[in-house]
Amino acid sequence: MKQYRWLAYPYAVWMMIFIVVPLLLVLFFSVTAKTPDGSMVLTLENFKKFWEPMYISVLIRSVLLAVYSTVICLVLGYPLALILAGKDFKRKNVLVMLAVIPMWMNFLLRTYSWMTLLEKNGTINAFFGTLERLAATYLNMELTLPRVNILYTESAVILGMVYNFLPFMILPIYSVVSKLDRSLIEAAQDLGGNNLVVFKRVIFPLSLPGVLSGITMVFMPAVTTFVISRLLGGAQFMLIGNLIERQFLFSGDWGFGSALSIILLLLILLSMGFMSRYEQENGGGGLW
Amino acid sequence: MRFLRKSYVFLIFLFLYAPIIILIIYSFNASKSRGHWTGFTLQWYRELFKDSQIMTSLYYTVTIALLASLIATIVGTAASIGIFNMKKIKREIMLNINYIPVLNPDIVTGISLMLLFSSIKIPLGFTSLLLAHITFNIPYVVLSVMPKLKQMNKHLYEAALDLGATPFYAFKKVILPEIMPGVITGFLLALTLSFDDFVISFFTTGNGVSNLSITVESMARRGISPKLNALSTIMFVSVLLLLIIVNIRTSKDDTERRPKNEKTYQGNVFVSPTSHDI
Repeated sequence: MKQYRWLAYPYAVWMMIFIVVPLLLVLFFSVTAKTPDGSMVLTLENFKKFWEPMYISVLIRSVLLAVYSTVICLVLGYPLALILAGKDFKRKNVLVMLAVIPMWMNFLLRTYSWMTLLEKNGTINAFFGTLERLAATYLNMELTLPRVNILYTESAVILGMVYNFLPFMILPIYSVVSKLDRSLIEAAQDLGGNNLVVFKRVIFPLSLPGVLSGITMVFMPAVTTFVISRLLGGAQFMLIGNLIERQFLFSGDWGFGSALSIILLLLILLSMGFMSRYEQENGGGGLW
Repeated sequence: MRFLRKSYVFLIFLFLYAPIIILIIYSFNASKSRGHWTGFTLQWYRELFKDSQIMTSLYYTVTIALLASLIATIVGTAASIGIFNMKKIKREIMLNINYIPVLNPDIVTGISLMLLFSSIKIPLGFTSLLLAHITFNIPYVVLSVMPKLKQMNKHLYEAALDLGATPFYAFKKVILPEIMPGVITGFLLALTLSFDDFVISFFTTGNGVSNLSITVESMARRGISPKLNALSTIMFVSVLLLLIIVNIRTSKDDTERRPKNEKTYQGNVFVSPTSHDI
């Protein structure tokens, strides 16, 4: 089938123009600056600019929020994946489908739905208000429920991330756990391990590949998002994604924006490298 | 314990679905405010269909998604066959570059394309948007067609040639049917990714051309609008219907083609979406 090689050439050209060159352009803009007379000079000015406390704190905040939402997704998603993979439900496939369907709705509309829930006069607060009124009329009780007021705060952004990315945590863990060799669990039980021991020594180590890809799949989009923070965090809320967007669409500082993109790319590569190393260390030998 | 587990599943699903269900309910609410139910109405749906901004962006979304995924499927399928037959080093290089848009954060892909378009003086608008969508779609087509090529029995093609088929005829009758499921998966994946994309489109469009995601974002930033609730309801119901149809079809295919006990989950495209649209 060697004569079909030429079929790849159009795409090779396309790749050069639309994948390689654009990335080189980002690199180019990040290390150059325009002098007043219009010529370009090589400089690290754009990266130096990033070392201001204001920008560093944006980076730290992005990483922290992504870590928080990844941890929350793991804590909520891991048990769910285990339960779904267990024998409690007959129609497992339907339930897994159900966990995935919300992801097929436009994610802006999903994020928007939380705006309507969390608003000051939003659905949650209105619901509390109704409860209070009902208690007053029927039970003669003076009930004061707290009001949710987290829209345009960090909590709302974390909530939005967890809501949007939770299925990315559930799916990989589910697919690993559901393919787990049942006889290993039975063997561990036969050898006298109680549920906790079986979980700690057998199930959890074997589910780690799923956990790792879940963590990657939640952390990456969470650390690079700029939409969730813009809608649920308000116009002034800054994550690194928002900072990049601002450089290109408002300030017109392409050099700094490109430098920020390079930093974001390095951050992603670093965490991916970290994850894959961890995976190798634990791969295969995890059971023993 | 069993009860506890079931309630946990229920609670998580409540968390996942409550926002959507509430949106659907309020899309029929006569009052604009969230808190109060003042009666059933279809007014928001009527206004939605009269809203020229939303309708234009719907038109652009569908056109771009169809064109981009069609072109990406053709280019990507051809490329897969070519790459598959390359020497190892070249193949590795091609596949690695192909992987870049998948791994790259969307925001970086978006701004890098924007820099390209402005450098080679392509005005931001329909053309740039289409080119961007094709670019991020092709890798997914290649990634879905490649495994099918690897699974294919190479000798089938040679046998066809030995039996006197011309290369083109053998390609049409042997290779294409073998990789068709991968091609269709790739096309559907590209279609949904393109339909839902926000970040890359956001940076590569201009001149008043905007897709549905961009319009929704700009409306949502201005505040809550009952029209958006109506739009969400329509989108959710259509996604649900599409998934049900696709699943019934694939499970039929599965039972027809494989023995029952071998029935696995993998044949289904729609179970494993990517993180792309975020």
